[in-house]
Amino acid sequence: MAGIRKTARRATLYGRLSAFVVFSAFPFYWMVIATFKRDHDLYAPANNPFVFNEPPTLDHLRTLLFDTHFLTYLGNTFRVGLAVSAITLLLAVPAAYSLARWAKRWGEALGIGIFLTYLVPSTILFLPLSRFTAGWGLQNSLWSLILVYPTFTVPFCTWLLMGFFKAIPRDIEEQAMVDGLSRLGALVRVVLPLSISGLLTVVVFSFTLSMHEFIYALTFISDSAAKTVSIGVPTELVRGDVFQWGPLMAGALIASIPVAVVYTFFLDRFVSGFTMGAVK
Amino acid sequence: MTGQDDGGGIRDRAGTLAVLMIAPAIAYIVAMIGVPLLLAINYSLSDATTGDPVHHYAGLVNYRSALADPVFRLALKNTFVFALVSQSIVIVLSRVLASALSMPFRGKWAVRFLIMLPWTAPIALGAIGWLWMYDSIYSPFDWLYRRAGLLGKPGDPFGPMTNIYWLGRPTLAMASVVIVHVWRLLPLATVIQLAGLSAIPGEILEAAEIDGARGWRKAAWITIPLTLPIIGIAFLFGIIFTFTDMTIVYILTRGGPVNATQVLATWTFFKGIEGGDLAQGAAISLFMVPVLAGIAALLLRMARRAEVT
Repeated sequence: MAGIRKTARRATLYGRLSAFVVFSAFPFYWMVIATFKRDHDLYAPANNPFVFNEPPTLDHLRTLLFDTHFLTYLGNTFRVGLAVSAITLLLAVPAAYSLARWAKRWGEALGIGIFLTYLVPSTILFLPLSRFTAGWGLQNSLWSLILVYPTFTVPFCTWLLMGFFKAIPRDIEEQAMVDGLSRLGALVRVVLPLSISGLLTVVVFSFTLSMHEFIYALTFISDSAAKTVSIGVPTELVRGDVFQWGPLMAGALIASIPVAVVYTFFLDRFVSGFTMGAVK
Repeated sequence: MTGQDDGGGIRDRAGTLAVLMIAPAIAYIVAMIGVPLLLAINYSLSDATTGDPVHHYAGLVNYRSALADPVFRLALKNTFVFALVSQSIVIVLSRVLASALSMPFRGKWAVRFLIMLPWTAPIALGAIGWLWMYDSIYSPFDWLYRRAGLLGKPGDPFGPMTNIYWLGRPTLAMASVVIVHVWRLLPLATVIQLAGLSAIPGEILEAAEIDGARGWRKAAWITIPLTLPIIGIAFLFGIIFTFTDMTIVYILTRGGPVNATQVLATWTFFKGIEGGDLAQGAAISLFMVPVLAGIAALLLRMARRAEVT
């Protein structure tokens, strides 16, 4: 009796999980199918759309890699992500350390204040910021994105790093200072090595969010040589009104999976930022 | 400045360093978030256009003309409908999913990876996948319905046409957008809820099981009440992300058919960037502010309460 009930409970669990996996992952399965399906098979309404009715093909991948700017988009995305990570580290590490170590009451308030600026959405800021970038002559330049993307990475990462730094006991750096290191020396030689995982989180976060970003890139960049993956794929792989679904899905798939893998590993850390201390 | 030898001096120097270290971040935030926000307010009270950003004070005329515009009113309503409907669904589904994921089972990392994909992959690319799934001719849903005899012949429940036209009919297009919002935010809400579940002390759960509380009863009496604050946080962040989102609507429908899925964010873009009417665009986008401010205040209260306990 207990055995049957246990089996039934397992079955419900697996049933539920499968339903959710299908819901979440189906669009990506759909991309895989379109990526490798021959046009003749793809554009046949009577054919079963879930399977290959004709042998798979690499044509769409070839088109994507050699007849479009896809590799340029990837390169641009990578450059923007790298620069945004660097700027974020330079701004957020000292700020978070300062808040975690020196500030008591006002530090907590200021930290939360900084976090709240993360909630100011790009859909409000993009209009005025588009005037900034136009004024600085940065339209169609990756620099416009590099300067603007830290608006969403710096507040969140400062908040995250604050938590990391607070978790490092003060005694460790005080001991280092007794041993003759300056405050900054202790930060660089003692605290930062201990918070490598926090710094790595910041880099991953800056990279993935830069890659995810759509609105600023859509607004600031219209030159196809300067596009990032997020806007290059949805806007450039459409010829006139004709969607080239094969290469389009191939591009969406290739750009999605690596960033998703990395993001998944770090997801719990980001979430600890969102829960704002409500979970200890 | 006090003398070097006494403690005050050292503290002063520490204070200076503290300020110096935080100053760059604050300066950046003020310059790139604070100033643009003020500038948006300024634009909204002026007659600025992208062609002629030199602006003159125009009072509340942009707000008034926004409110008088039926498309704006529709966008305002849609923004609320999409956020509230999708997040109500998400909060229920994420609850179910989180408790399933908190059980031990084999292949958990793979399941987790697949379930998190909508949040971890760039949304513009995920939305492009959905656009192809909602295709007016090749939609796989339509194929299934035709196969099941629900669509395509006279008398079929979904109509005699060969396709549903998911994004071509106003109500269906709205539902389609809501589905993608649910799909996108479900993973985030789930991991937030998982964090809440794992924070419940083991003894409480064991005690409940000994007392015979299982399944729904355990959820209703133990886990849901204990994780209520975290459920609230997941809901509020979900509202923020859907309320301010432009990507999903822009890629799926561009606000169509005939503005049926227009939201504040897309309408800001079409008016302010494509139409070049900075002043009008800024006024439209600022209609998001009261809701965001309210949510921020709620989050602050929750954070403070969490601190006390």
